[in-house]
Amino acid sequence: MSQAPAPAAAPAANPRDWSPRIVAFFCNWCTYTAADLAGVSRLKYAPNVRVIRLMCSGRVDPQFILDALARGADAVLVGGCHPGDCHYVEGNYKMLRRHQLLQRMLTDLGIEPERVRLEWISAAEGEKVKRVINEMTEQIKALGPLGLPRKFAEWDREVIALAREVHARDAAAGPCPAHAAAPQPGETVHA
Amino acid sequence: MKAKRDEVRIGFYVCHCGHNIAAMVDCAAVARYIATLPGVVLSRDYKYMCSDPGQELIQQDIREYGLNRVVVASCSPLLHEHTFRGAVTAGGLNPYFFHMVNIREHDSWVHTDRVLATEKAKDLARAAVERVVHHKPLEIKKVPIHPDVLVVGGGIAGIHAALTLANAGKKVFLVEREPSIGGHMAKFDKTFPTLDCAACILTPKMSEVGSHPNITLWTWSEVVKVDGYVGNYTVQIKRKARYVIEDLCTGCQDCIAHCVYKEPKFDDLFNERLGKRKPVYIPFPQATPQVVLIDPEVCLNFKRNKNPDGTPVVSDKCKKTCVEACGEKRAIDFTQKDQVVEIKVGTILVCTGFKTFDARRVPAYGYGVYPNVYTALEVERLVNASGPTGGQVVLRQGTNPDGSPKNPRSIGIIHCVGSRDKKTNLWCSRVCCMYSMKLAHLLKEHTGAEIYNFYIDIRTPGKGYEEFYNKLLEEGTHFIRGRVGEVTDWAMTPEEEGKLVIRVEDTLAGVVRRIPVDMVVLATGLEPQADADAVRRLFNMSCGGDGWFLERHPKLAPVNTFTDGVFLAGCCQGPKDIPDTVAQAGAAAAEALALIDKGYVEQEPNTAHILDAECSGCKSCIPLCPYTAILFDETRQKAYINEALCKGCGTCVGSCPSGSIVQNLFEDAEIFSEIAGVLADEPVAAGRPGNLTQAAIP
Repeated sequence: MSQAPAPAAAPAANPRDWSPRIVAFFCNWCTYTAADLAGVSRLKYAPNVRVIRLMCSGRVDPQFILDALARGADAVLVGGCHPGDCHYVEGNYKMLRRHQLLQRMLTDLGIEPERVRLEWISAAEGEKVKRVINEMTEQIKALGPLGLPRKFAEWDREVIALAREVHARDAAAGPCPAHAAAPQPGETVHA
Repeated sequence: MKAKRDEVRIGFYVCHCGHNIAAMVDCAAVARYIATLPGVVLSRDYKYMCSDPGQELIQQDIREYGLNRVVVASCSPLLHEHTFRGAVTAGGLNPYFFHMVNIREHDSWVHTDRVLATEKAKDLARAAVERVVHHKPLEIKKVPIHPDVLVVGGGIAGIHAALTLANAGKKVFLVEREPSIGGHMAKFDKTFPTLDCAACILTPKMSEVGSHPNITLWTWSEVVKVDGYVGNYTVQIKRKARYVIEDLCTGCQDCIAHCVYKEPKFDDLFNERLGKRKPVYIPFPQATPQVVLIDPEVCLNFKRNKNPDGTPVVSDKCKKTCVEACGEKRAIDFTQKDQVVEIKVGTILVCTGFKTFDARRVPAYGYGVYPNVYTALEVERLVNASGPTGGQVVLRQGTNPDGSPKNPRSIGIIHCVGSRDKKTNLWCSRVCCMYSMKLAHLLKEHTGAEIYNFYIDIRTPGKGYEEFYNKLLEEGTHFIRGRVGEVTDWAMTPEEEGKLVIRVEDTLAGVVRRIPVDMVVLATGLEPQADADAVRRLFNMSCGGDGWFLERHPKLAPVNTFTDGVFLAGCCQGPKDIPDTVAQAGAAAAEALALIDKGYVEQEPNTAHILDAECSGCKSCIPLCPYTAILFDETRQKAYINEALCKGCGTCVGSCPSGSIVQNLFEDAEIFSEIAGVLADEPVAAGRPGNLTQAAIP
C-alpha cells in the first residue's frame, strides 16, 4: 500500500477549532445519487464528510473502515440502498452483516461503535443525506477526536523506548544462558 | 510502486462551472495546491470543462505534455464522467486513466463556508490524484445481442408485445402455460369505459399471433430454466403433453362430439367452474391455437393412479371414439410425453399477469358458503354470450315461479374485496371500481335488477372513466359508501326471507343498514401470481414487498428490470387496466427493439476477477454472488468468475479472506489510496500500526 504523501503541514489546530473528519462510502445507485440530489436541491449540510464512491455498499471491506480510522478519520459513514432495493439484489445485506460484526470488534478495540454508522438512503432521500451528515457531525463533535495516528505515534515511542532499554540490558548482561547453547538464526532475543 | 509513481504524468483540471463551483470553492487555490503533489505535471482551473474548448484543452495537454492520467474536479461523475472519458479517449489515452472528482453536488452546492469548502475540494482532489496512479487501462466489452425475443405470458400484454416485435421483423417465441393465449381479457365480456366487446377487440390479435410468420407460439408450455445474460439467454421450455399432435389437429372438434362421455361432466376452468367440459376439450371457441387437448386426470383411457414421477399411465380401457372420429388425421397420441426444448434469445419480456384474490379469505362475505355469492370474474362469464349460460344471468340457487333457474331481482356489488385492507392486501387494485360499475351496467341491462354498489371510495382516474361513473349515477344504480361488514342469510324481517342480507354502515347517512339482495358480487382485487416468487428467481428479477415484480425505476425505467435484457409489461408489475397494459407492452417491446437493433451491449469493465495464485479455494465468495457468476474448479480447487455474468458490485471482493479478488476500477489499492488521500492533510505516519512498530524498532 502506498504511503500518503505528506503535504504542507496543516495549521496547528486549536483544540477548540477541532471539527470531525468523516470518511463516507456511498453506493453508486442509491446513496451517492441521493447526495447528488441534495446538491441539486441546494440543501446545506456540514462540510465534514469526504465521500468515496463504490458501486455497492457490499464492496465495503471492513478494512476500508479500519484503515480510514487508522489514518485519522474520526468516524466512518457507510450508505447503501434500503433493504430490498439493492441494485445488486442483496449487497446491502452483506454489508449489514459485516457492520454488525465490526461493531462488536470496535467495542473490543476501545473505539466507540457510534463512530461507524450504516445508513440506508435511497436515491430519492436527499434530505436524509443532509440529516444523517449533520447528525453524525454533531455526535462525533460530542465524542471528540479519535486521533488514532497520534496514539499510534505515542505507542510507537513507548515500544521503541522499551525495546532500546531491553537491548541495553541484554548488552550489559551478556549472552542469555538459555540461548547460548544453540542460537537460531533470526530468533528474537528475549529479555 | 515508487517506479510507477515516477512514470505517471497527471493532468489536473478544476472546473469553475461558471459560478456554480467558483462561488464557493477557490478553484485557483485548489489548482495551485494540486500542482505541488508528486506526479502532477499540470494543474489548471477553467471556466467550463465540459464545453468543447474545455475538452479540447484536455486533448491538447495529453499530446503536448505527455499526460498519462487525467483528473477533472467538476460535477457528479453520474453526469459527465462519460463526457470526459470521451475527451481522454480522443486525446489518445485509455478512458480508464481518468478519474472524476465531484466538487459541485457534493461540495459547492451544499456548503456555505468558502474556506471549508475549498479545503474539502482539495481533499477530494488529492484523493483522486492518489487513486489515479493505480488506474489500469481497461477495455469496454461489447457483447453481441441475439436478435430473437422470448415473451413469457400470452395475455393481452404478451400478445401486444409479441405482435409489435414480430411486425418489426424480429423472431418471437411466445410461451403461455394455459392451452390458449388470451389471458384474463379473453374471459371478460365487455371492457370499460367504452363497453366494446372484449372478444371483438382481442380475438383478431390472437389469431394474428397464431398465424404470424415471425411468431412461434407455444401454449400449454412453461419456462423451466433461464441461463445466460443480456443478449445471450439460453431458455428451457417445458412443452406439456396435450395428447394431441398440434401440427396434425385441424380444430374440427369431431373428437369432442364423439367422446364416450355424451354430456360434459367436468369443471370448466375457463368458465370459472360455472360450466362443464369433456375430458377432450378446447378451452373456448376462439382459442388460439385451435387445437384440442385431453385431460389425463379424467380421460377414461388413462389410469387414475400415476407413475412415480407423476406422469399418467395409459390404460387403453376406453373405446377411443375420439381416435375414430379423428380418423385419417391421426392427431390424437396417448403416448405423448412432456418435452423440454431449448432456445436461444437475446431479450426476454415477462408478461405473466396476475391472479384474482381468493374471496374465501374474507369469510364474512360468505363466498363458497352461500351459493349466490359470486366473484366478479364469475359474473363476467355469466353475462358473456359465449359463457356457460349463454349470457343468461341465472343464480346457482333458487327458482323462478315457472321453475326455471332464478333471475336476480336485486344485486349487491361489494368493492375492495382483497384490496385496501390491512387484513388482506394494502394496495388499490385500480380496476375494481371501474369493472364493478361496468358489471353494474351489464347486470342492469341483462336483468333489470336493482343494483347496489358498496364502496369505500370511487376511483376513476382514466380517460372517460369519471364520465362512465356519472353515466351509472344517471342510470339509477345505487351507490352506498361504506365497507360491508357482513353478508348473511339470517332474515330479521319477512322481506329478508330467502335473500342475502348485506350489513353495512352507510358512512354518508351515518346509519347501519341491512340491504336484502338476491345476488352478491364480490369485486375481488388483483394479486401477484401464486408462483411469482419462483418466476422472479427464474428471470433474476426483484419483487417489491407486496410481491409484484420490481421495475428498475418507477418513473424513468418502468419496463426495465434490474437484470439487463429482461423487461416487464402488464399486471405482473402491478395492477393496471387494459389501456395501461397495452401501453406498457408497447414500451417493453420498444426497449427490446432498441437493444436488438443496436446489435451489441457495452459493459462497464468494472467486473471482478480472481487472482488464481492467491485463491485458497475456501468458497466463501460463491454463495455471496447474487448472479451466480462465481464458479468453482473442483480439479484445481480454485474459484473463478464468469465475467460475462459479473455485474461489478464488488461484494465478493469485500469479503474475500485472502484478498484474491480484484474489481476493475475499484481495486483495493485504488480505494486505500483514496482513503489515504482524503485524510492526508494532517501529516501522519500513515499505515497500519503493526507495520510501523516493527519498522521503527532498531
